[in-house]
Amino acid sequence: MVLDASAQTLIRVSALGKQVTTGDAELTILSDVSFEVRAGEAVAIVGVSGSGKSTLLGLLAGLDTPTSGTVRIDGHDLYALDEDGRAALRGKMVGFVFQSFQLLPAMTALENVMLPLELAGAAGAREAARAMLERVGLSERLNHYPKQLSGGEQQRVAIARAFVTRPKLLFADEPTGNLDAATGAQVIDLLFELNRESRTTLLLVTHDEALTQRCNRVLRLAAGRLQNHDL
Amino acid sequence: MRFARGIGLAARLLARDYRAGELALIAIAIVIAVASVTTVGFFTDRVHQALERQANQLLGADLVVVGDRPLAREFEAEAFRRSLAVARMLRFPSMVVRGEKNVLADVKVVTPGYPLRGEARISAELYGPDRRAEAIPAPGTVWVDERLFTGLELAIGDMVSVGASRLRVAAILTQEPDSAIGFLASAPRLIVNDGDIAATGLIQTGSRIRYRLQIAGAAERVDGYRDWALARLQPGQRIEGIRDARPEVRAALDRAEQFLNLAALVSVVLAAVAIALAARRFLQRHLDGCAMMRCLGASQGLITRLYAAHFLLLGTVAAVVGCTIGAAAQSVLAYWLGTLVPVRLPFPGWMPALHGVVAGLLLLFGFALPPLVSLTQVSTLRVLRREFGVPKGMGLAGYVLGFAVIGGMIYWRAHDLRLGSMVFGGFVAAMLAAGLLTWLILRGLSRMRHSGMSWRFGIANLQRRTLGSIIQIVALGLGIMALLTLTLIRTDLLDAWQKSLLPDAPNRFIVNIQPDQVQPLNAFFGVRGIAQPPVFPMVRGRLIRINGRGVSSADYLDDRAKRLTDREFNLSWATRMQTDNRIVAGEWWGEKRTRRDQFSVEEGIAETLVIRLGDVLTYDVAGREVEGTVTSLRKVNWDTFNVNFFVVAPPGLLETYPVSYITSFHLPPRNAELLNTLVKAFPNFLLIDVAQVMGQVQRIMDQVARAVQFVFLFTVLAGLTVLYAAIAATQDERLYQATIMRTLGANRQQLARANLAEFAAIGALAGLIAAAGANALGSVLAARILNLAYSFNLSVWVIGVIAGALGIAAAGHFGTRQVLKVAPLKVLRQIG
Repeated sequence: MVLDASAQTLIRVSALGKQVTTGDAELTILSDVSFEVRAGEAVAIVGVSGSGKSTLLGLLAGLDTPTSGTVRIDGHDLYALDEDGRAALRGKMVGFVFQSFQLLPAMTALENVMLPLELAGAAGAREAARAMLERVGLSERLNHYPKQLSGGEQQRVAIARAFVTRPKLLFADEPTGNLDAATGAQVIDLLFELNRESRTTLLLVTHDEALTQRCNRVLRLAAGRLQNHDL
Repeated sequence: MRFARGIGLAARLLARDYRAGELALIAIAIVIAVASVTTVGFFTDRVHQALERQANQLLGADLVVVGDRPLAREFEAEAFRRSLAVARMLRFPSMVVRGEKNVLADVKVVTPGYPLRGEARISAELYGPDRRAEAIPAPGTVWVDERLFTGLELAIGDMVSVGASRLRVAAILTQEPDSAIGFLASAPRLIVNDGDIAATGLIQTGSRIRYRLQIAGAAERVDGYRDWALARLQPGQRIEGIRDARPEVRAALDRAEQFLNLAALVSVVLAAVAIALAARRFLQRHLDGCAMMRCLGASQGLITRLYAAHFLLLGTVAAVVGCTIGAAAQSVLAYWLGTLVPVRLPFPGWMPALHGVVAGLLLLFGFALPPLVSLTQVSTLRVLRREFGVPKGMGLAGYVLGFAVIGGMIYWRAHDLRLGSMVFGGFVAAMLAAGLLTWLILRGLSRMRHSGMSWRFGIANLQRRTLGSIIQIVALGLGIMALLTLTLIRTDLLDAWQKSLLPDAPNRFIVNIQPDQVQPLNAFFGVRGIAQPPVFPMVRGRLIRINGRGVSSADYLDDRAKRLTDREFNLSWATRMQTDNRIVAGEWWGEKRTRRDQFSVEEGIAETLVIRLGDVLTYDVAGREVEGTVTSLRKVNWDTFNVNFFVVAPPGLLETYPVSYITSFHLPPRNAELLNTLVKAFPNFLLIDVAQVMGQVQRIMDQVARAVQFVFLFTVLAGLTVLYAAIAATQDERLYQATIMRTLGANRQQLARANLAEFAAIGALAGLIAAAGANALGSVLAARILNLAYSFNLSVWVIGVIAGALGIAAAGHFGTRQVLKVAPLKVLRQIG
């Protein structure tokens, strides 16, 4: 494992590129993307549909492999690790919030929040999960299944699940995309509150202008290239 | 540690998944498969245990020397010399008479000491408490079993006639070792003291007497005696030991076991289909969750372990439940078939349970593994992009393990490579044929697409999922076919067989007529104005050589051939061939025969014993040899119930040998009292009532059929599980389709009708396949076994199709009614 000298920088992306082959044609989705994110920052990635936002987020989270370039998370070269190594790193320091919530339908709200702790073999999963659900205002909904919850409630469960492991880094993919404006605003408030409380570094992909304005910095993607460094 | 963590987490995940109802189908399929296999397994285990542990009780001794002629004195003398316990026994059928009633009984003549092993139990009143018999019946008395007691309407102390003797009934026999099965088992029994037998006058030419010398003692002495005796056995004599005790019981049970096992395997195959369908659905429903878990830091190894443990737990719990059901259900088989075994059955052992659990787990992993492997390979990117769909599966190749498991189980259960291959091959061929037929019909149904809307949607659903529809229809068809065959086809065949018998066909046989009784018998009929039935001579002989080469039962693999070479059979002579015989090879001798040393042999027995035209057969008749050349082969229509013989010679060859006569005649029911007069006039005659024998055969068939029917209940349940698994597999798609249709203005009734139409079509097609299969099976049985022209039964088709359509429509409606209740907006939001 290679350690980075600068501890202040949590994410360092260098010359990241992603190409896919469809039929005979080579399609470039990301090209020569480089930037850094410091610990505690909130960064928004914006761009039109097909600009490569989700691919970038997937690569940052180690969910996909790049064609070229490197990503270092907290000093670890993400793509020097194998898939299981990346999964272990995610388990240790990364939380996720998705547009489609991605709750497991067979589990109650409480069980969904317990799951990452259980996978990590942590003790006291039930108590920690219950406390986290109380924090997001769902103490009355512990034993409800996802299908019995409203969209906003489901996303709050997802946020509780993301924060329960106290991650250093939180990735959010269009977290308000499936919610109406009022509910979306409540969810965003909650996300930023928790972000402040736990000093998590936040990286989110969004279309929502209101959301980008609450971030420290905005990365704009167009046709797979980074347009500015809005430092 | 890591493993323990995996198991704990797997157990919690299993509990959560199960609550959501997704695994219930897999569990139910395993429960059904294991229950059906263990029901048969537990039952046959009990029977085997009875045969192993109680072999000497079944035999009544440690060793028995058996012969169809009196045994040489030296056998008994040598046993005494070796300080072994000895008891002699004779056994033969005879009429037993009291007043106006007579019954054909199985008579056992015993000497003091009987039985050497096990116990005989007697009672002083009918169905009263019984006690161990301390001795054999006193001279002048007999013990009779319950059936003879009730059949002759006896009371203790009454006198009965056996041959020329009158003997007093001293007790009711409730249990004895060495009771027989098969034809003789159905004959009531009577035990008499050896000292009384000479006076009965029943020991004479043609009497079907078995001589049995029972031996018991220390194992090494018995072994020594066995070696000594083996070297001295004459043709027609053999030794039964506890290792080879009751071959006829074993053979009958082996056949029953094979049949039941194969019946149970049909449910296993259907359960496998249900498991494969349900596991696929499980995969689809868990892709997101699995991708999410990878996202949350679970390694591929952890997920593999998690789901492997998950399925192992599920499979074990389901298999244990299946075993429990099997343990309870086997008592039903024991109830129907237990009478075939002449001892009380012990409790079943653990091995069948172990086999059941292993079979259940193999089945689960054979058919759930391919989707499971796909699940662990899910792309983590799926959490961001749903279009990263189901990982590339292993396709049909993934199920190689599953097919191997099924094939292995069939071979294992059939206990026979040839039978196993035939069953496996036949099964695959039948499935393919049924599948092809279904496919053709589904294609034909597309012409119905311009009928009503509900039909159109229902049929369209079937056609869109062609493979799934075919699997459902064939699986359900198999279950329905099993039931149709055992209910409608079985009674149909029996009716057809009974109708094929002529109304005035002989219904009584008289056996054991002595030469000097032929004239008196004719006079007996003449006086009463009854047509004198033809009387046939009969000489008992054993086949000892074919073309000069010695014949031994060891030369044959076939059970029937072994039996035929071990026993004496009946030879006769005639100038003219019987009208119900037909020459299939060679030539009948006719009136002007050129030589007298020739034989005409029945086609079937010639095939069994590998006898060809021109072969020279040598028989041993009462110690003298008689030889002849086979000059014709005959086909005999046994259903006429005329007297017929396997081997017939021209006059002049057999007359000098000890002979008895046999006849058959039709006795109208109103003349029944004639029989009593006949038996009183000729006490040595054996009167065989055809209707009674057929009734007994039918009772045994009914028992076996009920047992098999019971096992096939599991097949029907497994077929329904396949239906539900298939419904569940299409649930999401149905939900989506229903939603779209409802947003377009369809109401619930319209959707419900479309579903009903679809399932009614599935049921009707399954019923059609089932009727076709059952009719095909019926015609094969009719042609091959019963020699009947089978007429296709319309009611089987009608009942199959209608019951199939109604039953499956109801089950399908029940299974899909949830789809109609969900609010469309909710579905659209979930999908969006």
